[in-house]
Amino acid sequence: MSAEFDQKIHSTLEDANLQLAIYTATGRLKEKRIETVAPGVLPDYQELRTQANAVKKHTIENLDHYLEEFQRNVEAHGGKVIFCEDATEVTDFVLSLARERAAHLIVKSKSMTTEEVDLNERLEHHHLESVESDLGEYILQLAHERPYHIVAPALHKTRYDVAKIFTERLHVPNETVPEKQTAIARSVMREKFLAADIGISGANFLVADSGAIVLVENEGNARLTTSAPKIHIAVAGIEKMIPRAQDLATFLKLLGRSATGQPLTVYTSFLSGPRRGEEIDGPDEFYVVLLDNGRTRLLPDRDKRQSLYCIRCGACLNTCPVYRKIGGHSFPWVYSGPIGAILTPQFMGVNHEPGLPFASSLCGACYEVCPVKIDIPKILLELRSDVAKSNVREGRKRMERLTFRVFAWAASHPRIYTMAARMASAFSPSSNGRWIRKVPFFMNVAPLRAWLSERDLPPAPPKSFRQLWRRR
Amino acid sequence: MVDQLFPQVGLAMADVLERLGYQVDFPEGQTCCGQPAFNSGYRAEARTVAKHFLKTFRDAEAIVVPSGSCTSMIVHHYAELFQKEPETLARVHALETRVWEFSKFLLEVAGVEDVGARMEDIVTFHDGCHALRELGVKDGPRRLLSHVRGLELREMTPAEECCGFGGTFSVKFPELSGAMARTKIDAILRTGARTVVSLDPSCLMQIQGVLSRTGSNIRTMHLAEVLASR
Amino acid sequence: MSRDRILHRVRTGLGRGAGQAIPDPPSARIRIPEVDMETRISTMRARIEALAGKTCRTATATEARDYVRAAIEGKTAVASNAPYLEECGILNLPNVRTGITSRDELRDLCATTDIGITSADYVLADTGSLVMLSSPQEARLVSLLPPMHLAVVPRHRILTGLDELFSLLPRPAEQTSCMVLITGPSRTADIEQILVRGVHGPGEITVVIVG
Repeated sequence: MSAEFDQKIHSTLEDANLQLAIYTATGRLKEKRIETVAPGVLPDYQELRTQANAVKKHTIENLDHYLEEFQRNVEAHGGKVIFCEDATEVTDFVLSLARERAAHLIVKSKSMTTEEVDLNERLEHHHLESVESDLGEYILQLAHERPYHIVAPALHKTRYDVAKIFTERLHVPNETVPEKQTAIARSVMREKFLAADIGISGANFLVADSGAIVLVENEGNARLTTSAPKIHIAVAGIEKMIPRAQDLATFLKLLGRSATGQPLTVYTSFLSGPRRGEEIDGPDEFYVVLLDNGRTRLLPDRDKRQSLYCIRCGACLNTCPVYRKIGGHSFPWVYSGPIGAILTPQFMGVNHEPGLPFASSLCGACYEVCPVKIDIPKILLELRSDVAKSNVREGRKRMERLTFRVFAWAASHPRIYTMAARMASAFSPSSNGRWIRKVPFFMNVAPLRAWLSERDLPPAPPKSFRQLWRRR
Repeated sequence: MVDQLFPQVGLAMADVLERLGYQVDFPEGQTCCGQPAFNSGYRAEARTVAKHFLKTFRDAEAIVVPSGSCTSMIVHHYAELFQKEPETLARVHALETRVWEFSKFLLEVAGVEDVGARMEDIVTFHDGCHALRELGVKDGPRRLLSHVRGLELREMTPAEECCGFGGTFSVKFPELSGAMARTKIDAILRTGARTVVSLDPSCLMQIQGVLSRTGSNIRTMHLAEVLASR
Repeated sequence: MSRDRILHRVRTGLGRGAGQAIPDPPSARIRIPEVDMETRISTMRARIEALAGKTCRTATATEARDYVRAAIEGKTAVASNAPYLEECGILNLPNVRTGITSRDELRDLCATTDIGITSADYVLADTGSLVMLSSPQEARLVSLLPPMHLAVVPRHRILTGLDELFSLLPRPAEQTSCMVLITGPSRTADIEQILVRGVHGPGEITVVIVG
């Protein structure tokens, strides 16, 4: 793995305060999820997961059909669909629309897809003010940081961090009470909502038969973003598609519970176009930007394309013992946790961060909690194989490959295998049965060094099982 | 691993099985299930080792394995490895149904819960991830332990969290692996147990390794060793 | 064109041809439980109150009006143009502004008023959610901008849950540009996971069930 990855992991593990913050916050979310999907509370939970997986599978396998149906229905209700290949095209679209409408102020609601394309940075570069309205995202925007977690972006910030950020960036007196900090954000944001020319949102779901987007939230900022300004642009990955509004009876039951242990979030909006007929308020213009940005590259692989079923609930992050130690910023891309570990290599290529698929103990907890049943461990194993193949092609990690080839050869020749094992035991330090803290220098190879850096080694027993068995 | 590092586990397992009337055979040709190679992305090498395993155990009536992760490798991942080799795949499928993780063999094949064991101790049980999530092993070992005379079982909270071994993960990301182990050990300490029991030697090696490093007196034991105690 | 290139890549990746028919999707899973109205009402109230919302049940529309009059005493209020509110006589209450059809006027009013009064198209009992479809009678911002939201709903509109809603309304897009489910007061836990209410949407919500 890259030195950068190692360093980020190391510095996160060293930071005791951060460790506590991550572990506690994810622990809370994990427990709340468990409570709300318990058999006594949601008896249908496993059935719903099966249904959700089946619907997503069908949709992804026929995605072109649903994209076209979606577009037809959006247009039938007076909206427009813009297909964008990448970050540049999304930015160009927003910029040109802003120019045409003489727009200066944009409010945004939380969208990982817009993080993916660095939308705010790009818009700011062109002198458009784009303000994050979700409290956590707003705090991070002021701090110039990336989200730490898919659902709880400011998970790593304490109230004192927030006080400092607000004081420095908003020039308000130091305020460390969360309720008061929230009130500050509320009043800043209220002005923005009411003055904004354009509201940009993400979309939790795209509904093909309705030409609608679905947005779930707790604060009300997404509703305001999509109802106050005259123009609404929703940006979503093409994989967010579901076939029918009726499928929401399945997905909405899974999303809130999996994410935060809420049967439903406070607001669930189903938006299908600009205001209609005699409706009093709502935007005059409605655009849905459908983003590829590499998603189509995942489609040909029948095993790995299930990565696209993700509904971005974050349950895998909350339950992952690795994420709960290394946190979101150790990951090289905007998506972190188990889903990030499988998406990043597929979007960016396995060599972007070759260590990433290996940064997992394959415990399977993520698969167990995934509402759409993505077999994350299986995909991690396949990605490991992809990395190994790439290393062979590029002539990297030759020693490792040689070791495994020797291992495989020895393991097919039992006498050699046993002999090698006995030799290793013979050289192992004697210890009276106590576990070993140090090995002689000639045995101090990398894997042993790595093991011994954290724990003791088992002593070699006087006789192996084989030997004992023969004696019986 | 059992062969070279924890022979007492293999002997204990054989003891328990023989007492139940089974004839236990140890094919000397066996080496490894191939998991380390598979886990590290070396599928061709894993296939070589797997084929040797298939050959070694071809004629066995039942193959009892003192490890959740090895069992899982054989019954779940061998098929994945040989998708493109129909003949070998057929042999894999023929073998899969005869491979049993030790506690599952006792409960589902031998049909016993009480093996007549006795051990005075306060223990806690660590659910290894492969056994728990890939083999569905949760209640079984607890039922077996409940019949061990003199034994008190205390559950950890949180339960079901990975010990951090993960095969080559433990040496590729040692600091992280160690951090995960220490969280597990905190949970163990909170139970007040004197012994940690598991059915996976790799988990035991990880947990014991960290316990030893911290100077703790808590010991680890494989389920087979507990069940063989008299 | 990006659209063509993207669709082309999708098709190639999936091995599908342009215009190729699709297999039937798995049937949508809709399971409507049988729950009598009294249970629905008590479940709905328990859910809303668990979220720190308030509920009230009145036998008649007149009592509802009286409740609302007391609730808005000494405060400013804006009401949507919902026919049911008219029926209850709520639109005639002294400090209630209503009948606004201009977007800008309504918005400015909502931004400066204490209480927004609406009805609702449905209520979902199992989650305690108001279902509101945007229309000439129900504008979006009345339930969103004022710091308090008060909804008055006749009991026959209480449904068991999402399944029943999507069974009655399989194509919400045909009715409205905006359907919103409102489940309790606005909240966040973004700072240290500490729960704070009334972030951008109303921090107080009251649901009055009539009948």
